[in-house]
Amino acid sequence: MILKLEHINKAYHTGKLDVPVLHDVSLHVEKGEYVAIMGPSGSGKSTLMNIIGCLDRPDSGTYELNGEDVLGKDDNALAKIRLMNLGFVFQNFQLLARETALENVALPLVYAKVPKKERRERAREALEKVGLGDRVAFTPGQLSGGQKQRVAIARAMVNRPGILLADEPTGALDSHSSLQIMELFQQLNEEGVTVIMITHSPDIAAYARRVCDIFDGVISERNGQVNAAQQAERKAEAEAEEALARMRQRSAERLRHGSLTKEEPS
Amino acid sequence: MLENIRLAFRGIASHKMRSFLTMLGIIIGIASIMSIVSTIKGTNDALRDKLVGSGNNTVKVSLSSGGQELSIYDASSVPQNVQPIADETRQKIADLKTVKQVTLYNKRFVTDSSVFYGDNSVSQFNMYGVDDVYFDTVGYRLKTGRAFLESDYTLFRKVMILDQVASQKLFPDTDPLGKTVEFMGQPFTVIGVMYEPDDYEPDIQTVEDYYNNQDNSNGLFFIPKADWPIVFNYDEPENVIVKATSTDDMTTAGGAAAKILNQTITSTSDDTPKYQAEDLLGIVKSQQKLTAAANMQLIWIAGISLLVGAIGVMNIMLVSVTERTAEIGLKKAIGARQSAILGQFLTEAAVLTTMGGLIGVGVGVLLSYLINRFSGIPVAISIPWSAGAVLISMLIGVISGLLPAQKAARMDPINALRRE
Repeated sequence: MILKLEHINKAYHTGKLDVPVLHDVSLHVEKGEYVAIMGPSGSGKSTLMNIIGCLDRPDSGTYELNGEDVLGKDDNALAKIRLMNLGFVFQNFQLLARETALENVALPLVYAKVPKKERRERAREALEKVGLGDRVAFTPGQLSGGQKQRVAIARAMVNRPGILLADEPTGALDSHSSLQIMELFQQLNEEGVTVIMITHSPDIAAYARRVCDIFDGVISERNGQVNAAQQAERKAEAEAEEALARMRQRSAERLRHGSLTKEEPS
Repeated sequence: MLENIRLAFRGIASHKMRSFLTMLGIIIGIASIMSIVSTIKGTNDALRDKLVGSGNNTVKVSLSSGGQELSIYDASSVPQNVQPIADETRQKIADLKTVKQVTLYNKRFVTDSSVFYGDNSVSQFNMYGVDDVYFDTVGYRLKTGRAFLESDYTLFRKVMILDQVASQKLFPDTDPLGKTVEFMGQPFTVIGVMYEPDDYEPDIQTVEDYYNNQDNSNGLFFIPKADWPIVFNYDEPENVIVKATSTDDMTTAGGAAAKILNQTITSTSDDTPKYQAEDLLGIVKSQQKLTAAANMQLIWIAGISLLVGAIGVMNIMLVSVTERTAEIGLKKAIGARQSAILGQFLTEAAVLTTMGGLIGVGVGVLLSYLINRFSGIPVAISIPWSAGAVLISMLIGVISGLLPAQKAARMDPINALRRE
């Protein structure tokens, strides 16, 4: 098992209030899996991603990565884990604007103390793999959104980590670029990379082979062991959403017919 | 490290105006310190050249009493309890590591006799009885004629060398070479006329300086030391001039020679004169200290502008860290250790101030030349100070970059990434 999170609790302490974010979250991921974590904003999915990415620590619970406990490690050890085992892809790309695509991709290799010549070779290879072999000298400003995200993916993969963590990777992209990114993820996953992706879009989540829902800090497996309470909650939620949709439709129709009178929905 | 320097240059280049303004404080501070130091060094070098002479490095070790050089002007003023210097004592001095050359000489300020040639005569002058290396050691050159030869000493030839003043007085119209003059009832043949190639202006600061200069203003007369007892009837105590191996060794060489000479004086009575080395270098140093002290306050003021510059650098670095929050967050997320981030920002600050320092040294050198050009104050550029100034600038960068760099290194990557 490549990832093993158990009974993770996390709350944010804002002044006197403790705002719970994650509640008893357990997540097991096998090597080579492709998992999407879905949830609306505020559901705690980003916090979960940060914990998986060794950027944040839970209040309680255990987390093993490659069979190794990570929560007991110090910051430098976590930095090394991020460097060697994890690749990050962000919604807003997070490329360094002044550096070329090649330099951006080579950045993790700098921290891994790879010699300069090898850095350039490996960064070029990684860019070729994402189909940007002809854009190595371009700065992010000269690239389209989809190309920027592909540079970011090349950067995430250049150190050959086992796990790719993507936080809304298509959030800032049009549907065509999104498709390309998803194809790239598919390809990486087929090569054996474990992909964990956060998204709020069902269309994107559909690319994953396994989907987990997170809602109000509680995680549940779709198509699987979902408990009755959560199911009921989900049902209520779905009904509410359906009602809302009907209401919107009706208002839209009324607007079209020129009637602007306000009416309570039945 | 190289990668950090590359990043630093790229960062500086992307904010040219801001970087320049930040550097300006350092530039002004370093430039003013450099020009002040150049002025101090220029004045000090000039002082040293004037007093010590350049490249001669000779130290007079003469019999003194009560801190004053003993003046022998007649038989009664010859100290009775000091013997002429023995050959082995001379050898001991010559063997000193700091000593390059030694010469012994007798000297009398002649008041009771004159040198005559025909109707012309000179009185009240310094007569020197010198050995065959004296001219070479002291650096006197012959204008015409020949120097003293070894045979002059072995054969007790009565020969004489004059300076140009004496020559002018005794032989206003004729060539002095080969002429015979009379001194103390003895005939002396003039064999040469000497001059001092280092034509320095006499530096008159004390009454003693004044009299010494007065003594020499009537001309200098040199005869072989071997003739001294013939002329004056007695062996007289001798004085010594040592040539030090380097200017910095002058004080040591003179002191060591005086010590060796004083060991030969056996008499312990209070009126016995002692050998004392003139300490020109010491005088120069104390004068140099005065100039330096007067200018030290200026350096402190310039130092304050450097401090202000350092604060400016810290301020801009703090702004830069805040601006680049997202970059720092990303770097930490992809695995940069705290030390890597710290190093990046420290390097950037150090590169910034080192550039400022280099420009400052350049401006300082330019300023020094302008000062020299328009006010005539001597300036000299000190290479160690220039190198030191650049190094100090680098240090300022590291120190003022420390706080901002630490702020960057300790940044929480989650908050940092969320900012954008």
